[in-house]
Amino acid sequence: MNRFLAFLRKEFYHIFRDPRTLIILFGIPIAQLMLFGYVMTNEVRNVKLAIVDHSKDDLSKRLSQRLLSSGFFQLAAIPSSESDYESLFRSGTVKEIVVFEPDFALHLMKEGKAAIQVIADASEPNAAQLIVNYTTAITNSFVKEEFMKNQSPPGINIKVRMLFNENMRDAYNFIPGLIAVILMLISAMMTAITIAREKEMGTMEILLASPLKPIQIILGKVVPYMILSIVSALVVLALGMLVFNVPVIGSFALLLAEILLYIFLALTLGILISTFVDSQLSAMAISGFVLMLPSILLSGFIFPVKNMPIPLQIVANLMPPRWFIEINRTVMLKGGGLNEIWPNTLVLLGMSALFIFISIRKFKIRLQ
Amino acid sequence: MITKEPVITVKNMVKKFGNFVANDNLNFEVYKGEIFGFLGANGAGKTTAIRILCGLSSPTSGQMTVAGFDVFRQTEKIKQNIGYMSQKFSLYEDLTVYENIRFYGGVYGMKIAERKAKTAEMLDRLELTAYENRKIGDLPLGWKQKLAFSIAILHSPKIVFLDEPTGGVDPITRRQFWNLIYEAVEKGITVFVTTHYMDEAEYCDRVSIMADGKIVALDTPEKLKEQYNAANMDEVFLKIAR
Amino acid sequence: MRTLFYILQKEFAQIFRNKGMLPVIFVMPLVQMLILVFAATNELRQVDLAIVDFDNSSSSRKLTAEITGNPFFVVRQNLADTKDVEDLLMRNKIDLALVIPQNFDKDLTLSKKADVQILVDAINGMAAQLSFGYLSNVIGNYSQKILVKTGKPEAGLMKSIEVKPTYWFNPQLNFKYYMAPGILVVLITVIGVLLGGMNLVREKELGTIEQINVTPIKKWQFIAGKLLPFLAIGLFDLAFGLLIARLAFNIPIQGSMPLLFGMGSIYLVLVLSLGLFISTISDTVQQATFVTFFMLIVFILMSGLFTPVESMPDWAQKLDYANPLYYFVKIMRSILLKGSNFTDIFNEFAALSIFAVSMFGLAIFRYKKTS
Repeated sequence: MNRFLAFLRKEFYHIFRDPRTLIILFGIPIAQLMLFGYVMTNEVRNVKLAIVDHSKDDLSKRLSQRLLSSGFFQLAAIPSSESDYESLFRSGTVKEIVVFEPDFALHLMKEGKAAIQVIADASEPNAAQLIVNYTTAITNSFVKEEFMKNQSPPGINIKVRMLFNENMRDAYNFIPGLIAVILMLISAMMTAITIAREKEMGTMEILLASPLKPIQIILGKVVPYMILSIVSALVVLALGMLVFNVPVIGSFALLLAEILLYIFLALTLGILISTFVDSQLSAMAISGFVLMLPSILLSGFIFPVKNMPIPLQIVANLMPPRWFIEINRTVMLKGGGLNEIWPNTLVLLGMSALFIFISIRKFKIRLQ
Repeated sequence: MITKEPVITVKNMVKKFGNFVANDNLNFEVYKGEIFGFLGANGAGKTTAIRILCGLSSPTSGQMTVAGFDVFRQTEKIKQNIGYMSQKFSLYEDLTVYENIRFYGGVYGMKIAERKAKTAEMLDRLELTAYENRKIGDLPLGWKQKLAFSIAILHSPKIVFLDEPTGGVDPITRRQFWNLIYEAVEKGITVFVTTHYMDEAEYCDRVSIMADGKIVALDTPEKLKEQYNAANMDEVFLKIAR
Repeated sequence: MRTLFYILQKEFAQIFRNKGMLPVIFVMPLVQMLILVFAATNELRQVDLAIVDFDNSSSSRKLTAEITGNPFFVVRQNLADTKDVEDLLMRNKIDLALVIPQNFDKDLTLSKKADVQILVDAINGMAAQLSFGYLSNVIGNYSQKILVKTGKPEAGLMKSIEVKPTYWFNPQLNFKYYMAPGILVVLITVIGVLLGGMNLVREKELGTIEQINVTPIKKWQFIAGKLLPFLAIGLFDLAFGLLIARLAFNIPIQGSMPLLFGMGSIYLVLVLSLGLFISTISDTVQQATFVTFFMLIVFILMSGLFTPVESMPDWAQKLDYANPLYYFVKIMRSILLKGSNFTDIFNEFAALSIFAVSMFGLAIFRYKKTS
């Protein structure tokens, strides 16, 4: 036991004495937290707008004013002719041009309807759609207030309730996924690298020749990162709750249990990868490619799995993060329980068992 | 053929790393055409000194000239006139013999015709002509060392600096290496070599022995053996080190 | 000058002999263009929807039919209760639910207006807005249709302003057109910074850099020798990636190719110099990789590749002025999708050029032949 503790202590020294490892362990998670919490958002703001008013009547001016004071748009240009439009878009000066037809108010009063043309820069298609939606919504509420005495218009009226994330805060979407990404980084990638480092330096053979049993060596390598992972996950969770107001509606205990399960899974993955590589660089390259990239792009962290082409959806379903992120979102944001997430949990358990099985077999073969 | 014309002059050379004094007030001269051995135990400061003279490291203080150029202010001129072989003998392992020669020859500004002629001569002397297109990494250690030395003097520098050039090879290969050194000296190249093999000290014209950053002995091997009443340089060293 | 030629000769020989290098140069563009671009999409393929009809009238059934007839929706019907809907939402089986209340038909007939309720799983705000927007468009169009049939109520009261949208440069709202230029930037950045930069640290680790430092090679020659081959490779991969994008999903190429590659060259000089600078302050490949990795993550996320820069908080936008990827992603999108010319992107060109020259100078300055 003493031997094991001595080995464990050496591992901790390795970690805390190397500034570059610290960058990865602390710098990256903190940076990502900042970025995904504050910076990465699809919120509509500061949209550069141009208004072309061929009518210049009271109504068109009031609607223009409405748009500009909504807080979403800023007036960036008033083009004098249509030939200017293209260069305004091309230089990025405007993202949307609103054009009022001549005799705007006249049409509206006499015929009951008028039109505004909205040209959007669809090189960013999502943003363009959102901008158009906002423009339409502002226009509709303008009409409602001016003419309908705030009564609902005829036809089918929609009352919408945004569930689980009323204010559509991006942090709600990202934080659960971020936990998955960070855990994969620390538990899997760093574990793979540290075991590979021992192999690369040849000290692994020395360890194997020592009285330490192989299982103790593996545990010794893995336990520090397990502890660091638990700490990181808790920190991200705490910051998510305190700073970004991401709730944990469901059972906290269940959430922690699932996090521990995922950490375990990631650790086994890290060990498995280390059995395939000889050098730190390979460990880094393979982990980066096979673990991190899918964790970020194929897991539903940023982009919904449903939107991907079917072959990619199949690949995504083979990856652990996709299942874990869904668990997180369901438990944290929807208040779901085991009833809702048991299939995911089963998948994660199955994958862990598989990885351990393969690792043990490979390790036994090596020893022979 | 030794002359009394100094090609390296070192006055009061000091090199400190923080508070640690690696070279403590070194004073010596190296004459044109001689084989100057720079001996000492590991950690005595030999590599530090040689790197300063090659322009790889900047000294803390002192007045040093190499090939007539000042070590502080004219390092690039020095580099045009010297050759160097480091402990790791750094040729490119993933390039062939030919490609390494072509690169270093070109970098030292050799004309193509001259380079080709010297290459042929060199490979013939080393009996490596058949291996011209082999990667350095595929060659055995002894061949690599001899090749590294020959490439270091290909551009006919005035002085060649060798830092522990014969590590890890058998005595016969070492002997062959030293034959190459003699041939270089005959062509007028001065050789500055560090080593911790005391028997190699016998091959030098003069040796200096460093300990703890200072030079504790500087003379011909014969005179040193006489002075310390020793049968060989090993004994001289042991007696000094006590 | 001849020295530079010999250096380049050696560098290229080493690159092409490196067995690991060639697959990266050829496989990475393929993977990035074919897998990443297809994975990174916010375009909705289908929307999973549940309908609870408490009215069960001809009107409500007609509305339901209108929706189920739309190929975009995958609809679960015949749900008895809102509890079932909640359960489906909790188990992540549906994105939206439409609840038609009991008096739907009566309200429509009598007062010409009726309410329906839509419940949206809003965890992913973008997906929620897009799917909700789509459904409300469908309902809105249907609503207009039945109004026309049943006759207009008090004409004086009814007023509407129609918003007619036109989408320029990408009328199909194809998300790949948006992502691909950005991913191309990431591609050549990774090649430039990692491959190019690592190269120098490798020489440090092996010790061959000492042999270089002892020769009369000038500092700028050495740095340029490390930079130019990867400039060539980077430009090659830019072209290769662009070709794949063209063949795989017909990416628009509106603007001038010489302009694109000219900008690409300036950008590559910048990121390569950055990678080399990092190498001059690192001792091992591992150190350099970690620092680079960290930097790249921050730069990529903030570049506007995934989320618009205009949406970012002001302090983040200011930081972006120092982010090379921000400028080049903008340039790539502008030239490829909008056909922007040199005047249009002049500001970005100026910024990149200044950075490139400074970074190149910095790398040369920091590299010391005498330590």
